[in-house]
Amino acid sequence: MSDTDTKLLPKDVAAEKGLVNVQIDGHWIQVPKGTRMIEACKIAQKEVPHYCYHPKLSSPGNCRMCLVQMGMPPRLAPGQDPEYSEEGYQEIGWMPRPVIACANTVAENMGIRTQGDLVEKTREGVMEFLLINHPLDCPICDQAGECTLQEFSVEHGKGVSRFKEDKVKKPKNVDIGPRINLDDERCIMCSRCIRFMDEVADDAVLGFTQRGTHTTLTCHPDRKVDSNYGMNIIDLCPVGALTSKDFRFQMRVWFLKETNSIDVNCATGTNITLWSRGDKVYRVTPRRNNDVNSDWMPDSHRLAFHKQVHAESRLTEPMIRQGQKHEVADWRTALEAAADGLKQFDAQEIAIIASARQTNEELFLTRALGDTLGCSEMTTIERFGEADDKLVSADRNPNSLGASIILNLPSPGARLSAIRDAVRSGAIKALVVFSEDLLADAGFTQEDLDQLELLISTNTLANPTAQASHIVFPTASFAEKRGSMINVSGRLQKLNAAIATPANSRDDWEVIRDLILTITGNKNEVFMIEDVLKAMTQAYPEFEGATYSKIGDLGYTVCDTGVTIPLIEKEKARVANREIVG
Amino acid sequence: MSEIQYLPGKEPHPCEHRLIFKNIDRQGWDTSIETYMADGGYDQLKKALTMEPQAITNEVKTSGLRGRGGAGFPTGVKWGFIPPGNTKPVYLICNCDESEPGTFKDRYIVHQDPHQLIEGMVISAFAVGAHTAYIYMREEFPEAAITMEKAIEEARAKGFIGKNINGSGFDLEIWVHRGAAAYICGEETGLIESLEGKRPYPRIKPPYFPAALGLYMAPTIVNNVESLCHVKHILEMGGEEYAKLGVERNTGTRILCVSGDVKNPGYYEVQVGKLTMGELINDVCGGPKDGRKVKAVIPGGSSSKILRADETFKIGRGDDAKEITFWDIQLDFDTLAACGSMAGSGGVIVLDDSRKMSWVLNNINHFYAHESCGQCTPCREGSTWMRKLSDRIVDGSANPEDIQTLEDVAYQIDGKTVCAFGEASSWPVEAIISKFRDELIAETSENNKHLSKEQLQREAYLAQ
Repeated sequence: MSDTDTKLLPKDVAAEKGLVNVQIDGHWIQVPKGTRMIEACKIAQKEVPHYCYHPKLSSPGNCRMCLVQMGMPPRLAPGQDPEYSEEGYQEIGWMPRPVIACANTVAENMGIRTQGDLVEKTREGVMEFLLINHPLDCPICDQAGECTLQEFSVEHGKGVSRFKEDKVKKPKNVDIGPRINLDDERCIMCSRCIRFMDEVADDAVLGFTQRGTHTTLTCHPDRKVDSNYGMNIIDLCPVGALTSKDFRFQMRVWFLKETNSIDVNCATGTNITLWSRGDKVYRVTPRRNNDVNSDWMPDSHRLAFHKQVHAESRLTEPMIRQGQKHEVADWRTALEAAADGLKQFDAQEIAIIASARQTNEELFLTRALGDTLGCSEMTTIERFGEADDKLVSADRNPNSLGASIILNLPSPGARLSAIRDAVRSGAIKALVVFSEDLLADAGFTQEDLDQLELLISTNTLANPTAQASHIVFPTASFAEKRGSMINVSGRLQKLNAAIATPANSRDDWEVIRDLILTITGNKNEVFMIEDVLKAMTQAYPEFEGATYSKIGDLGYTVCDTGVTIPLIEKEKARVANREIVG
Repeated sequence: MSEIQYLPGKEPHPCEHRLIFKNIDRQGWDTSIETYMADGGYDQLKKALTMEPQAITNEVKTSGLRGRGGAGFPTGVKWGFIPPGNTKPVYLICNCDESEPGTFKDRYIVHQDPHQLIEGMVISAFAVGAHTAYIYMREEFPEAAITMEKAIEEARAKGFIGKNINGSGFDLEIWVHRGAAAYICGEETGLIESLEGKRPYPRIKPPYFPAALGLYMAPTIVNNVESLCHVKHILEMGGEEYAKLGVERNTGTRILCVSGDVKNPGYYEVQVGKLTMGELINDVCGGPKDGRKVKAVIPGGSSSKILRADETFKIGRGDDAKEITFWDIQLDFDTLAACGSMAGSGGVIVLDDSRKMSWVLNNINHFYAHESCGQCTPCREGSTWMRKLSDRIVDGSANPEDIQTLEDVAYQIDGKTVCAFGEASSWPVEAIISKFRDELIAETSENNKHLSKEQLQREAYLAQ
């Protein structure tokens, strides 16, 4: 190799960039030093089947499904110089025994085979072992359709069973928590749930008892999985051992449509997937966003959709109050009634209660409505709870930051009490309320509302404010609308509509637009929500260049608030410490 | 040593060379420190504390001592794996979880000669720089735990344990930790997990090599009881002199625990490799019982591969290549490995022609199915499957196909598990099937059609 003096070897080229050369199924690629073999294979688009490995959890290497063949250059005798091929690589000596890809890291000139006789035989063997004591009750199992035991058994399994013995019996239908059911016979002992409860939820209530083939997943005596993060173990479970009491037996997953959206129950803006069929949302699961919620979400937020989307009290028709009763009206009538009503008042006599639950687009239009009416009294309602040092933010409004930017509201609380005082003094005679309940959340009393000459509200659910309103517009829940919000750390993210709005209810932004048009009598120029966002890009530096495709599934940071999400910080520390891949 | 008298019937065989077992079943011997010191005890400790720790490690390396727990890894090399520049505490653990079926050597040391172990441990701890040492005592040795704790107190009173040992400035605490009767706790990383108070699930290696990331993620040296005792004798004799015992690369003495079908089963401390299988069984142990012939031998604890008495083996390479019979096998690490088995823990189990191999196989399978920790898939599911299959071979309800399935299952476990338990449970099966296939098949019948409860239910349902 005389040209080595003049030409750099691939290893030197890679080392300069902190990379190493790895041969995966015959192809050389460069990956960062310290990459796990399984992640290197993923980069090479070679799937390595696995059960116990999860990038957000420690790697015990216990499922043995990710066994691959590994090779390294032969060890040199003292004084011996390595030999390089024409491409500049050393010859790989393949090991006769497979190694786990999940916990081992790559090295320079390493070879990985994810195919071939040894690997295929090994996978077939592990698959067979996993299935011999498994109940194979897929027809009645909730996991069917999203079960990696099913998937890998199709890809790597034998197809027939040689097992003629009696299966091991274990506890079934175990109540391990208020929201979770356990079927121990389906469990493949990957220990993901145990590690999650210990490492992420900080509530190590799960563990194994017994040993060998009798190993049983169980809760510690007198304990339950009652953590607010417990339901994440249902998503983590690669099989149907852990099932959701809320979702079990409700719907086969292959009928469900997945819609990427964000959670609206606190300012963290957890990324979620809405699983719907027809006009019904069946479940909500967290979606990976390493800057917002990792792979997790709190149970309280996960189950909140039942009360928000499919509630009995859902408003479905525009209504106008006649005396003490509300009569259903068509949209044109209701909008005209609202426009006419508002025109009766001087601009100083009108106030608008916007909401930090509104999307940026709705807030922008709300501000436009204020401008149309000449009304300067506008605020939102603050809503605080306890932060949990993980994902739940103390700010329970999902879009406080967006509201503050768009409505230019330094202290919404003070303005709210000013408006309340003005209502009581009779200075303000008309209120327009968006997506809020003035009685429960804003300190108004029934007398205050009764005193108003005109109360217009939009809402998804019936509430005392709607009850007191002269005109009520039914609007969309978070699962039925598009739009954007800015989370606690300044990240612009978007909602997507999973289902249609029920009956005659309409998307909020359209209602506000139509109200403006009805007041002004202008011709409509805003046909799509994209038009609203486009107008916003001109108005606010934070939104400069924003489009829905740029926001994408994961969003991007538009302003630096300095606020961090505790769970994400903890995860970053673990990644830096090389405990997890992240 | 000529003046040492042993209890009647416990006298060493002339072939033996007693170092470790010098005081076992010795006339007038007890476990007190006075008796031990009157016999020259703790002299090596005093000497060691005046040496450089590295010099002790070098002596152990020179001696060629190989671990006596089963794997036969060179002890001195293992000590050298502690990362240079380490700033974490170093731990020394004595593995006294002797639970390999057929092995009964460490129990004598901890029951009858506790101070020998303590002396060996203090020297070793000094060599590796450990200030905390643990003796992981298996649950089945309750008396030994009491004996060891008493001995530790005696040694502390004499200043051999604790602060500033013998005025050297070296501190060491030794703790006895009792296990809860699980075979897997003998696996060093399983033992470490157990010591940390967790389930004894063996760790994956890499990255968790105990010498770098052991107990509490600090460098940890885990040595067998017998290995630690040898350290004392290596210091006494000098590494080079010690290496003259035994044969090349297999130095020193080791205790062979012979059980099964011989006239004189028991423990025999011999120079490694100086004895052949024939000499051990026929001369030292008095041969098979009258009218019986040796059929097979499991040479290194139940997990080692069985050897047939009528086998021949090709060992050596190139000019050294030769064919030897079963009786000529030298009992050392390398020869037994070349014969396809291993010296393991020194538990020699002799089986004569009255033994059915199906029963032997089933007995071993029952043990491993019961002891599998259940952490990783192949071992957890495979060991019990093997047991269920061999149960049927023994009770006569197996089909010849089942032998093939059993062999396949063993190979599906072998080499695919977190720890060496996978090999421990599959090697006996692989070896017994390959060497006694005809005998096993003779116990099966083509007419046997076994179905599980589930399969029977399904057939009954379909027949309706």
